[in-house]
Amino acid sequence: MTAMVKAEGVHKSFGPAHILKGIDLEVAPREVFCLIGPSGSGKSTFLRCINHLEQINAGRLYVDGELVGYRQKGDKLYELKDTEVALQRRDIGMVFQRFNLFPHMTALENVMEAPIQVKRETRAVARARAERLLDRVGLSDKAKNYPSQLSGGQQQRVAIARALAMEPKLMLFDEPTSALDPELVGDVLDVMRGLAEEGMTMIVVTHEMGFAREVGDALVFMDDGVVVESGHPRDVLTNPQHDRTKSFLSKVL
Amino acid sequence: MTDKFDKVPGGPSVAEAPVSKATTVAPETIRAIPVRHVGRWISGVVVLALLAALVYAFSQGNIQWQAVQDKLFDDTVLAGAGRTLMISVLAMALGVVLGVVLAVMRLSRNPVTSWVAWLYIWFFRGTPVYVQLLLWFNLALIFPVLNIPFVYKDEMTDVMTPFMCALLGLALNEAAYMAEIVRAGIQSVDEGQTEASHALGMTQAKTMRRVVLPQALRVIIPPTGNEFINMLKTSSLVYAVTYNELLRSTSQIGSTSYAVMEMLFVASIWYIVMTSVFSVGQYYLERRYARGTLRSLPLTPWQRVKVNFASFSNRPSGGVSA
Repeated sequence: MTAMVKAEGVHKSFGPAHILKGIDLEVAPREVFCLIGPSGSGKSTFLRCINHLEQINAGRLYVDGELVGYRQKGDKLYELKDTEVALQRRDIGMVFQRFNLFPHMTALENVMEAPIQVKRETRAVARARAERLLDRVGLSDKAKNYPSQLSGGQQQRVAIARALAMEPKLMLFDEPTSALDPELVGDVLDVMRGLAEEGMTMIVVTHEMGFAREVGDALVFMDDGVVVESGHPRDVLTNPQHDRTKSFLSKVL
Repeated sequence: MTDKFDKVPGGPSVAEAPVSKATTVAPETIRAIPVRHVGRWISGVVVLALLAALVYAFSQGNIQWQAVQDKLFDDTVLAGAGRTLMISVLAMALGVVLGVVLAVMRLSRNPVTSWVAWLYIWFFRGTPVYVQLLLWFNLALIFPVLNIPFVYKDEMTDVMTPFMCALLGLALNEAAYMAEIVRAGIQSVDEGQTEASHALGMTQAKTMRRVVLPQALRVIIPPTGNEFINMLKTSSLVYAVTYNELLRSTSQIGSTSYAVMEMLFVASIWYIVMTSVFSVGQYYLERRYARGTLRSLPLTPWQRVKVNFASFSNRPSGGVSA
């Protein structure tokens, strides 16, 4: 079985700042893979590399066996064109910390937009699916509301529905609950838990250790651009081996 | 604010007890004596006095008011006003389209297109529009024949009619200004919007068209309205290229009938009518594109009138209205 995501020695720098210093990891299909670590450790940057929002400087990154952002012929790499990159991203859903819903569209239009524009679906088909997805995240009564009329938790659930509308094979979550009021976090985590139960492959950058322990199949602790420790969430969270992991967990748990 | 929209299971039942207790005692409505604004009354009287003096001065001046009245709806004047409106609308439309293209070019990662756009803006913003109009008007002096091989060939004087000079002069100049306005609008849209759109598999072009530009419009429209109102007035400069717009047609009547000032009044009245009408249009356009950014749209003046009437008929006695 090919890995859904495979990283081999991934490096990323922003100018002089070396953010990722050789990341190697594998995410199996249907796995819920949690990335934790202090801010600035590079976990969000790594996530953004997976759908080529950031271009990596060294190493190889594969999604479902396909090289991300490049085409390899012999030992030469060719950059992909804008349209080819867009084609790769279709199958990778992403949920952002700040939701990034389109503010000029209603919740329903947000969810319908990509299938119509990217997959050339008819409005009727896209609409039916969008209504189903909004119902699934518990927001069918908010379909006609604009994002500014929704709470943070509701916006994030619309954002998840928007990503699911493209029927992705992989979902990336970039600290999906970090910008939410504590009492709204639960609804979003419930939706994510439901997705995990259905077998969606998910990579989740999170500070929700409870979620990682209950739902996660694998967990990686990153610090300063490298993977410090990895394993099953229960093992890493309850019995960390590295001092760095221990000190981090003692502060967040 | 947000909790209003959230279903908190079990929330209301918990909150109910203390709330119902508090509402049993009716609050006493405050009836205070408002602050007296003496300054407002004094300044109001002063302004009215000055206005009266101004009106008196004009009534004593050597002005044939009858001529203003007679010529206001004169066919020549109306035709001139129509041409002013037409050239302004056409030049503005062309300017907006070109401006959007230039702004996108300027922000493009392609160095050639971005440099071409920079050069265009540099020239057309760097020279006066009056000079540009005269350049188009006199183009035949250096290129007597317009010759696009295999496509088009004609005398330059036949191509560069007063209308063409006016249109090109105004539109190409406007495009440079619109490009900067559109660029500012595009850059005002949050980076996260582009990222979200890209993450959904939308291409650069589609992201620009579907996500960025619609949001940029909210920032672009107010200054564009100003540009259009400016255009209505700047179009009077095409007098110089002999295009028969409002100022030229009124001035011609003025110089033959010795009613110079009267005809300038007529022109002013029409200019102010046109700019006023478009200011109202701009208001509604801005309202349309504020959709989604405000929780509720502000009332239109007409809606406000209706609400005021409604509250007038059943206004609570002595109540403080917001």
